[in-house]
Amino acid sequence: MIKGYEVVVGLEVHAELNTKTKIYCGCKNSFGLEVNTQVCPICLGMPGTLPTLNEKVVEYAIKMGHALNCTINRICKQDRKNYFYPDLPKSYQISQADIPLCQNGYLDVIMEDGIKRIGVERIHIEEDAGKLLHSDKFDGSLVDFNRCGVPLIEIVSKPDMRGSDEAKAYLETIRSILKYIDISDCKMQEGSIRCDVNVSVHKPGEPFGTRCEMKNVNSFSAAVRGIDYEANRQIEILEAGGTVDQETRRWDDQKGISVSMRSKEDAQDYRYFPEPDLLTIVVPEEKVLMLKETLPELPNAKIMRYEEQFGLGRSDAAMIVDVVEKSAFFEKCIDAGCKSPKLLSNWILGEISKFMNEGTAIEDTKLTPEKMAELVNFISDGKISTAVGKTVFDIIVKEDRDIASIIDEKGLAQVSDASALEAIADEILAANEKSVADYKSGKTNALGYLVGQCMKASKGKANPGAMKEIILRKLGG
Amino acid sequence: MNLYEYPAYELSEMLKSKKISSVELTKDIIKRTEEVDGRVSAYLKTDPEMSLEAAKNADQLIASGKAESKLAGIPVGVKDNISTKGIATTCASKMLENYVPVFNATVVDKLTEAGCVISGKLNMDEFAMGSSTETSYFKKTKNPFDLSCVPGGSSGGSAAAVSCGEAVIALGSDTGGSIRQPASLCGVVGLKPTYGRVSRYGLVAFASSLDQIGSFGRCVKDVALLTDEISGHDPMDATSVNMNYPSLYDNLSSDITGLRIGIPSEYFGEGIKPEVADSVMNAVKALENKGAKVIPISLPSTKYALSAYYIIACAEASSNLARFDGVKYGYRAKDCDGLTDMYEKTRSEGFGREVKRRIMLGTFVLSSGYFDAYYKKAKLLQKRIQQEFADAFKTVDSIITPTSPSEAFKIGDKISDPLAMYAADICTVTVNIAGLPGLSVPCGYSEAGLPYGMQIIGRKFDEQTVLNLGYAHELAFGGFRRPKI
Repeated sequence: MIKGYEVVVGLEVHAELNTKTKIYCGCKNSFGLEVNTQVCPICLGMPGTLPTLNEKVVEYAIKMGHALNCTINRICKQDRKNYFYPDLPKSYQISQADIPLCQNGYLDVIMEDGIKRIGVERIHIEEDAGKLLHSDKFDGSLVDFNRCGVPLIEIVSKPDMRGSDEAKAYLETIRSILKYIDISDCKMQEGSIRCDVNVSVHKPGEPFGTRCEMKNVNSFSAAVRGIDYEANRQIEILEAGGTVDQETRRWDDQKGISVSMRSKEDAQDYRYFPEPDLLTIVVPEEKVLMLKETLPELPNAKIMRYEEQFGLGRSDAAMIVDVVEKSAFFEKCIDAGCKSPKLLSNWILGEISKFMNEGTAIEDTKLTPEKMAELVNFISDGKISTAVGKTVFDIIVKEDRDIASIIDEKGLAQVSDASALEAIADEILAANEKSVADYKSGKTNALGYLVGQCMKASKGKANPGAMKEIILRKLGG
Repeated sequence: MNLYEYPAYELSEMLKSKKISSVELTKDIIKRTEEVDGRVSAYLKTDPEMSLEAAKNADQLIASGKAESKLAGIPVGVKDNISTKGIATTCASKMLENYVPVFNATVVDKLTEAGCVISGKLNMDEFAMGSSTETSYFKKTKNPFDLSCVPGGSSGGSAAAVSCGEAVIALGSDTGGSIRQPASLCGVVGLKPTYGRVSRYGLVAFASSLDQIGSFGRCVKDVALLTDEISGHDPMDATSVNMNYPSLYDNLSSDITGLRIGIPSEYFGEGIKPEVADSVMNAVKALENKGAKVIPISLPSTKYALSAYYIIACAEASSNLARFDGVKYGYRAKDCDGLTDMYEKTRSEGFGREVKRRIMLGTFVLSSGYFDAYYKKAKLLQKRIQQEFADAFKTVDSIITPTSPSEAFKIGDKISDPLAMYAADICTVTVNIAGLPGLSVPCGYSEAGLPYGMQIIGRKFDEQTVLNLGYAHELAFGGFRRPKI
């Protein structure tokens, strides 16, 4: 709700599928290669060439259909969407019009205040277009056709989202599912997932307002900014007594504004008709069922399970589940006998995320689930402190070594022995008279400093809980 | 008799027994072409050096005993909408005047592998749109029987070349009659195979759901031979049908005893010249005398076929020809002011009148608000026509009609009257709409000596029955009559 208006959002998400080859020819489907090298007469639309459907594309789309609880149209067709643009070599895009491969599904997204169900109108398959390139060295535009014929699915939601927060949650969940069922690389910066946004506003209790479609939304955060901007723009118009025109607008993320592209009257007539070069798609019932069975546990279910089964907080669970590799590692560690899922999640979201964010994959290190589970168990059993754990972690990331022997060799076992800890405490308290005085005058955060100094003096081996108790006793005494 | 006058199946024996070489034969075709093509204008492009090189290779192939195909060493003409790697494929359009494909059509690959010699690229109506070969941007092909008459179209170059000996056999394409009608007008044999029998890969599309590549020859045997060579499933063409294609040539038989021939009244009435209808009925009587049964039938939706055909064909054409936009290859207009201007000028200048007319018609019938009234209705009619044929084939084995409502007309007679031109397809379009095989064989001559043609239609993939009837007819009627040129 913004200024007493309800905001209605519908989304069209285009996701490039990560099949080995393109949708209608044998060219490699890969990003970032030299311009116009991943092309053949077919994806260049040369006269006389014909498309043949890559069946993997149908399988991938059906998987997504199952993940979004859709009805699968086992029998469907492909259609031509006709329009002229230099990046579209045939001057038509092969897509699906009235009978999409999947339809009438939904997606439950987890919001702070509970689960929100968002309807999915349809999922259809289509081919991507090329890309225009501009260079100062050249008067005019250049075309890179590498992306022509890259397979896409378009996921069209119902207008069920009520603001940018729900849209964001929806987009993130869609992205997560795409990654879990491994049908898209979901790399925003490579354009492998893009969206068009439909926004309208209305007063509660009144019918839906006129919607505007926004194109060129290239990131999820841009979607949030765009929706908020567009809702406010429409509200301002209505508040000033005006009416919203149905139109297509272009989001300019740098300027943070949307600008009109074309009005409803100028809407393009795509003259859809059935693609005569391709046969009706007929997927055997068994295959549809088989594809459903091969679906992995989906991210939302995983988040719920991590909460219930392992007692993780929702945001921790969500952060682990958000990255397939983290979640997989988490589960492997549990399988390897890790006794403290909570502690494990801290390590994954802390140290492991740190090196992953720097671009190092877990497989690129010496870290195994077995080692990680063992390390967490050492800590949770109180055999080593977290600080020592960090030292051990840094070693087992780089070297394939036995944890117990590292601890032995370096004498890192946690010290819980009272007399040893007392000696350290006495030493530190004597050396930090000012802090002791501070504490006694009521500056309680001096305690943390003193315990920290003790830990340091013990080279991290002291049991921090026991250490704290001793210091407290001595200060209080 | 000159070598160029022999049928392919005899030349094949002569080549095999080394009585002649492919080089000798090819030289004779080149010589004949030099003699008559100035008057007939069948070819858009010949490359004698390249052809002779191919002939030399064919001779080696035959000498090595590795030639499996009966067509090894035989010169074949190719319609200019069939892609030939490294050889301009213009579709007789200014738009593609300088377009050279980087790949071969599947049929060209098949012929090349068989050891055929490509004798050149043949003239046609621009983008196969027309029934007279007059819409070619480059030249008008003449009918070898009367140089003031059209050869028919759109495969007019193929029909004329085979008719006057500039090619032994030739490939054409047929979307609404473009093989059968010119075959009829030029007194040769032409077969449009069942949709899906021959790969369309590399055929520059006019109407994808109706286009089919097929064969021209001066006799049924030659057409059977060439059709055998190009038939077969192609993984590059999703609409090509994966099944067994037994040799039509090997199974050719003139025994037609008991075959039931349907005569649909709708194809013999209004719009058909009585002399043409009579000559077809005379040929049917001859077949009856050879043991066939003649059964009158009715195909009542025929009267809607032309409308349905032009809607579907133009709709698909408007989309298929959209790729010719000046961006990637082909013609691009000079001095353009921005992208839209470039598109408009390029397409206005690059396409001829008939092509633009059909693109506009097709764009209209697909437009929002008109789609249901035109395209959807036409598709419903298509279903009905298909059903009528399917029902008819429950009681007959074949259907015989005239191929063209009249003999060849004068050049210029119909070019300014599109509807009169479209009516030239009245007997042939239903066969494409229903996806059936259709053969045209010469069955008579006008007083002025211009050929009439008879169309024999069969069940899907039953080219054998169609060709057998054609063969029996040919034996009864007499073989190819050479034009005096």
